[in-house]
Amino acid sequence: MIDTEGLTRKFGDVTAVEDLSIHVGEGEVFGLLGPNGAGKTTTVRMLCCLIGKTAGEARIAGLDTGNEADSLKIRQMIGLLPENVGLYGDLTVERNLNFYGRLYGLGEMERKESIGRFLAMLDLRDKRTRPAGTLSKGMKQKVAIARALVHDPEILFLDEPTANLDPEAAKTVRDFILALKKEEKTIFLNTHNLDEAQKLCDRIGILRTHLLRIGTPEELKESLWGSRTMIQLAEVTDTIVAAVQQQTRNRVVVEDHRLVIDVTNPEKENPDLVQIIVAAGGRVQLVQEFAPTLEDVYLQIVRENR
Amino acid sequence: MRPSIAWIIAAKELSIFRKKKSIFASVVIFPIFVGIGLPLLIHFILARSSPVTPDTLSGLLIVVNAFAFFFIMGAATLPTAIATYSIVGEKQEQSLEPLLATPTTDSEILLGKTIGALLPPLIAIWIGAVIFMGLIDYFLFGLLGHLYYPNAVIAVIMLLLVPLAAITAVEVSVIISARVNDVRTAQQLGSLIVIPFALIYVLGEINAFPLTVRYLLILSAIILVVDIVLFRLAVATFNREEILTRWR
Repeated sequence: MIDTEGLTRKFGDVTAVEDLSIHVGEGEVFGLLGPNGAGKTTTVRMLCCLIGKTAGEARIAGLDTGNEADSLKIRQMIGLLPENVGLYGDLTVERNLNFYGRLYGLGEMERKESIGRFLAMLDLRDKRTRPAGTLSKGMKQKVAIARALVHDPEILFLDEPTANLDPEAAKTVRDFILALKKEEKTIFLNTHNLDEAQKLCDRIGILRTHLLRIGTPEELKESLWGSRTMIQLAEVTDTIVAAVQQQTRNRVVVEDHRLVIDVTNPEKENPDLVQIIVAAGGRVQLVQEFAPTLEDVYLQIVRENR
Repeated sequence: MRPSIAWIIAAKELSIFRKKKSIFASVVIFPIFVGIGLPLLIHFILARSSPVTPDTLSGLLIVVNAFAFFFIMGAATLPTAIATYSIVGEKQEQSLEPLLATPTTDSEILLGKTIGALLPPLIAIWIGAVIFMGLIDYFLFGLLGHLYYPNAVIAVIMLLLVPLAAITAVEVSVIISARVNDVRTAQQLGSLIVIPFALIYVLGEINAFPLTVRYLLILSAIILVVDIVLFRLAVATFNREEILTRWR
């Protein structure tokens, strides 16, 4: 659905995005993670045919973003939620949505139905006659989401959809994105909220001008850590550590009353490890997978590439 | 270029314009003032110079023609209030990016904004002109023995010069609005476009530029050329790449 090959954008001497090659499949939720200034917004703008590319290729549903005729077709099939909601503050919620529905060529009945549906889904029905400028940030964000969806786009680009929202509004927006995911919409999500990316995305790309890593959240975690088992003991003794180290050649880290052990096959190795610890006089209180968060992965990748 | 898309954008601009009472007032007040106030001034002059001699009357008609030129000056300034708000306002509300993401072309957006900025002042000016002509005819009919308006001069002014001057104002506003972030600054800079028109008015008053049909047609041709050049500049300025990467 979304394909880029060596996509590059420079602004004068500054390179915003370099050699970006990704493929996002139909119905996939793809997250682009990166710090501020990493090139996420520039990437979305190139994919939405808002700005040109300096080099490389970008295709949406096989259409070339650099081709003028294709770009109109692309913009018809996508919906964009930009970083700044950009509603017309003087117009009512309904008129904002109606305006965009007309630009996308929806007939009166289609517009009415679509606007009614999204206002209901986003709990905005009682706000339909309010000027958009009088709404709270969270409400504005919801209206902007409805605006991006009013023409039922095949692909949705969301640029920092929960930035600057209070936790409750952010949760509402995330829940709505999850509902869209269930409808198998293709979603391209820019975020620096790692928790959000982990909850919503099928795959994640980490961008810092270059694409640093790409994969499912689990693949990304494994690519750095592999599997680890944490065994919590009543007391960690040298005898226990020595016994574990004899059993496994992998790394063993002692943290307070816990042993964190690198394993390649947890199902096979964990029972053996517990048996050895018990034999060495250890009292096992808890055995669990030691799961690094996406934040750990992200921070390490970004640090490595500074 | 799809006129229907441009019209959707123009209709949205007009909806916003209706909510901006200060802009609305500024666009409506001037043509009404010219349409009612200046004929009343003529009436006042007539009342003071009774009996009216043929010399007074011919002098008065020169003044009436000069007053008609006020509508051109109005056309050169009034659209600025809407056009600058239309673009700087969108910059402030950051609403251009979602608009540019729709299947519209830059030219359609620019045309829509141009229509939205042109229609209210043009309608207000034409209504003002109808009032002006009606009152002038009412006050002068007894002296002239015939209706002074409509005539060829006012036809050229209303149908050629007023729209062309209004287009000039919109195009200048687009170019200025791209470079400033404050509506008031944009309006102040945009209103400077009235200076050349005011200069022509002064030249008309001293008879250096007679406000005859011939001269007004020459002036229309000159403004048309200026408009074409400004339109090209405005199109180059109102370009999505420029808007998203250079406009601040």
